[in-house]
Amino acid sequence: MSLLSTLARLEAVRSGRAEPLATVRHRHLSDRPMVVVPLTAAGEAGAPLAAMLGTDRAAPRLHVVPQPLDRDQRFAFLAALAADLLPYLEGYGEEVEQVEGTERDPETGERTPVVRELCAQAPQLIVPSAAGVDQLGLIGRSTRFRRTADDADAGPHPVPTRVPLLGRWLTHLRERSEVPGSSLLVAMTALLSRHWATGQSHLEDQHLGALLAWISPPPGMSGAEAARRAESARDERGQLYCPPAGPATDPRFDEKLLAPAVARYDAARAALRARPGGDERAERHVRRAAEEIRELLAGVLRPTWDQVWHGVDLLRTLPPAAHLPERWESDRWSYTGHRDRLAAGEPPQPRHDDAVTAARKLAQREREQAKVELQEALDDPLAMAEHRLSGEAFAGTVVDVEPAYDTSGRSPKPRPLVTVRTADRPHADPGREVHRAGGPAAQKAEIVAVDPDDGTLTLRLTSGMGRRKEPEPGSVPQPGEQVVFTLFELTVRQAAPLPAPEDTPWTHGGPPSAAALAPAAAAAGSDPITDPEDWE
Amino acid sequence: MDPVDPTASPAAAAQRVTAEILDAVLHGTERGVVVDSPPGAGKSTLVVRAARELVAAGERLMIVAQTNSQVDDLVDRLAETAPELSIGRLHSSDGRPAPEALRHAGVTASSKVGDLVEQQVVVSTAAKWQWVKDVDPWRHAIVDEAYQMRSDALLAVARLFERALFVGDPGQLDPFTVVGTDQWAGLSWDPSRSAVTALLDHNPGIRPHNLPVSWRLPYSAAGLVSRAFYPFTPFRSGTGEGDRRLTIGTRGDGGPVDAVIDEAAESGWGLLELPARHTVRTDPEAVQAVAQTVRRVLDRGLAAVSERGTAPVTADRIAVGTAHRDQAAAVRSALTALGVPVEAERGPAVTVDTANRLQGREYDLTVVLHPLSGRPDATAFHLETGRLCVLASRHRHACIVVARAGIAELLDEHPSTEPVQLGVSVKFPDGWEANHAVLARLAEHRVSHRP
Repeated sequence: MSLLSTLARLEAVRSGRAEPLATVRHRHLSDRPMVVVPLTAAGEAGAPLAAMLGTDRAAPRLHVVPQPLDRDQRFAFLAALAADLLPYLEGYGEEVEQVEGTERDPETGERTPVVRELCAQAPQLIVPSAAGVDQLGLIGRSTRFRRTADDADAGPHPVPTRVPLLGRWLTHLRERSEVPGSSLLVAMTALLSRHWATGQSHLEDQHLGALLAWISPPPGMSGAEAARRAESARDERGQLYCPPAGPATDPRFDEKLLAPAVARYDAARAALRARPGGDERAERHVRRAAEEIRELLAGVLRPTWDQVWHGVDLLRTLPPAAHLPERWESDRWSYTGHRDRLAAGEPPQPRHDDAVTAARKLAQREREQAKVELQEALDDPLAMAEHRLSGEAFAGTVVDVEPAYDTSGRSPKPRPLVTVRTADRPHADPGREVHRAGGPAAQKAEIVAVDPDDGTLTLRLTSGMGRRKEPEPGSVPQPGEQVVFTLFELTVRQAAPLPAPEDTPWTHGGPPSAAALAPAAAAAGSDPITDPEDWE
Repeated sequence: MDPVDPTASPAAAAQRVTAEILDAVLHGTERGVVVDSPPGAGKSTLVVRAARELVAAGERLMIVAQTNSQVDDLVDRLAETAPELSIGRLHSSDGRPAPEALRHAGVTASSKVGDLVEQQVVVSTAAKWQWVKDVDPWRHAIVDEAYQMRSDALLAVARLFERALFVGDPGQLDPFTVVGTDQWAGLSWDPSRSAVTALLDHNPGIRPHNLPVSWRLPYSAAGLVSRAFYPFTPFRSGTGEGDRRLTIGTRGDGGPVDAVIDEAAESGWGLLELPARHTVRTDPEAVQAVAQTVRRVLDRGLAAVSERGTAPVTADRIAVGTAHRDQAAAVRSALTALGVPVEAERGPAVTVDTANRLQGREYDLTVVLHPLSGRPDATAFHLETGRLCVLASRHRHACIVVARAGIAELLDEHPSTEPVQLGVSVKFPDGWEANHAVLARLAEHRVSHRP
C-alpha cells in the first residue's frame, strides 16, 4: 500500500467517508454492461445455486437450481444460463472495423501488409466481488470439456448443446481478467476500491455492502456505522439486511430458510415420484416448493444486484481517463481473437498452459501491469502524486532556462539547462536520467545539479527538441511553466521473443507432447484456467 | 549432497569438489551441471576456471549473467585472471558497459552478436541473450547467479546452447513478479520460479554439486548462516576461529554506538537495539543510528586483519543494507549529513543498498537495518529467507544489525501463513525459522541504545 493510499484511509477514518483515490475513472465501463450475481451451494463449490443477471437494472433475470445436488437440474440451469448469456457475449462479434497492420512472413522474414478484423465493441461482465470472478471461472472449467448430444461420441452423460460453449467463453473471460487493467470481466469491489479509499482494511473492502457504505453512507450515518450495519444488522427473522454478495450465502440463511425450503421441495418431489401416473396436486406442490426457493434466492440476490448498479452509477460520475480507449482496444482484440478461434473450430482451452504459453502470458501480464501504472500516473494527478511522494517523480515550476549546446558532434545539438523549483523530494542524484510527463513529446533529461536547501533541480534536456541547432518552438518548457518529471521510463519495454511451443528446449522438458507425460504436470493441483493463445 | 569432511583442510575439500564439477562440465553425461554455492564460496572463481578449461579444451562458450553490473564484474575478472582469452561483451543498444570491463586488451564490446561470434567467450545478461537470433548455438554455456534467473528467461535463452553449467546461491532472494501466478503453481514449468528449479524438475538425473567452503564469511558467521539458511547443505568457513580480526585505533567514548562497534569487532556480530516502537518504514531514529554507527567506524580507524594481511576499513569496505529503497535513500541522506561519502563516482564511498542489489557483493563490515524493525506486522516480503540471508552474509569480518526491540514477539504473532500448493516443494527453512535463529544469535551481542 502506498503512503498516499494509507493517508487516504486514515483521512477516511477521520472524516467518516471514503476518500477519493482518483480524479478520473481508470477502468473502462461499458454503456451496456452485463451484471451477473452468481450464488453457489454451501459445501460444494462446483454446484451453482442461482444467478441473477441482465443489462437492465429494472429487469434482472433469475436462474435457480432448486436442488443443487441434482446434476440434471444443474445442467438445465447451465443451459438456461448459456441461453441467456451467450446472445450478449456473441452479439458483439458482428460489428467490426478493419485494421491495417503488417505481418512478418515466417519464410522470408519480410513484412507484408494485412488487414485484420477488430470488433467495434466487446462485452463487459460485472460481478459483485473477486470471488464472483473465480466462480465464473470455475463454471467455465467444469463445463468447457463436456460432451453434448451433437458430438460424434456423446458419451453416457451428454449436456445441453450450448453449455460447453458457455464454458469456453467464461474460461476466456476469467483468463482475460488476470491481465492488469483489462475490463471484459471485472469485480465491482475491485473497481470501487481502485477509486476510493475507505476507513477499513483491504480485506473488509471485499464486502461490497460495506464498501458502498463507506463511499455513500445513508444520511446521518458515518461510513463506519453504515459498514457495520451492512455487515451484521439482521431483521426480526435473524436474516441480514445486506446479504453477502456471494457466491457463498449467509449460513444463517441456509440454515433457517433455504435448507427447510429445499427439504420441502425434496419431499414434494418424492411425493410426486410415488405417484407414477402423475397427480396434478403433487405437481402443484413441487412447483410451489420450487417457486418458494426462487423467491427466497431472489430476496437475497436483489440487494446485491442493486448494489452493483449503485456502484456503476458511482463510477459513472468520474470522467474517463485518457488512456482508457487504448486499453479497451486490447480487450477488443482479446474478444475478437476468441471469437475467431471459436469460428475456426479450435478445441477448448487446454487444461494446463504449456511452458511457452505460460511464459508468454506472464510476460504479457507484467507488461500490462507496468503499462497500467504508467498510464494511470499520466492520466491522473493523484496517481502521479503517489510517485512524487515516493521520490520517483517531481512536479514544479520552471524558474530558469539557459540555452546550451552539445558541440561534440559534427553539428551542435540543443542541450538547454532547465532549473525547476519543487517542493517534492525526489531520489534524484546528479547524472540520473529523468523523463518529462505531459510534455508535447517524449523528452529525456539528465539531472545536473540538486540544491535541496533552495528546493531547485537543474536538468539538461537531452531529447525531444527536433533535429536542428535550435530547439523546436514549444519543445523547451519556459519560466513559469508547470512541469512534471519522472525518474522511471514512460514507455513499456517490449517483451523478448520466446520459442514456439514445439521448440520447447530440454531445460523445460522439451515439446509439450512429451512434457504432458511428465509426472510433475500430472500431479499439479493448479487451476487450469487456460487459453492457448490469448495474445494480441 | 557432499558431506563436509571435517578432517580435510578447507582448501583441499574445495579443491576436490571443484575438480568433480569441472569433470562433469567437460565429460559428464547430463546436459546440465548445477552448482549450489553458499555466500562467498568461490562461485566467481569457479566460473572463471570453468571458462578457462573449456577454452583450453578448444570450446567457445557463452556466459549468461543476470544484471549488467554482474556481467561487467565477470568480464573484468575473466580478463584480469585470463588475459589470453578473447572476450566479447554483448550489451544492449542503449547500454554502456562499465569502463572496468573494457579496459582490457582482450575485451571487445558490441551490441551485435555478429561482431562477437569469433570471441572465445561471449558474456551478456539473460535479458540481452533473449533477443539474440540467427547464430549457431554454442556448445557450452555458463549461467551465473542462476537462482536469480527466472524460468521463463531460461526458456527463452536455452535454444542458444547445448550444454550448460548453472552456478548460483540457493539461499538468496527468489526471483519475483508483480502479477499473480497462482494459475501455474505446481507446474514444473511455472514461469515465475527460478531457472534452476525448472531445470532440475525436468532433468531428474542432474545432481547438484555443493561448494563446501565459504571464503568470505568469517568463522563467527559461517556456522550461523549455514545452520539458519542452508540446513541441508552445510558449509564452513575457509578461515578458523580468530583468523579474522578487527582492530580499533581509538578507545570508545562509552556510548552505545561505540559499544556495539567494540562488540562486533570482538565477536563478529553486534545488535544495536532501540526501544520497541511502531514506526514508519524510514524510522528516523533507526536511520540515524545506522548513520552514526558508520560514522564512528570511520572515525575510530578500524583495521581488518585477515589472511590477506592488515588493511584499514575504509568507506568502500563498508556496506549498509536495508529491505526497502526508501530506507536506503534515507540512510544515504543521513550519511551525507554526517559527512560520510556515499557516491562511488567521487572516490571511496559507503555502499547503501537494498538486499536485492547487494546480492553477490562483499565488504569487510556491514551495517544492516533489520527488515522487521519497527513494523507492526511481518509480511511474506519481510520474512523472506533470502532477504535476511543476503543481509547477514555480505561481510568478511563483522555485521552490525540495528533494530527496534520486540522482533521476536512480532515473529511469534505472525507465523507463516502462505498457502501450500500441490506440486510446489516447500521452501525450508522458512523465513520465520531463519529469523528466529539469527535473532537468537544476535541477542548474545546486544547493546541497548536510547536515542
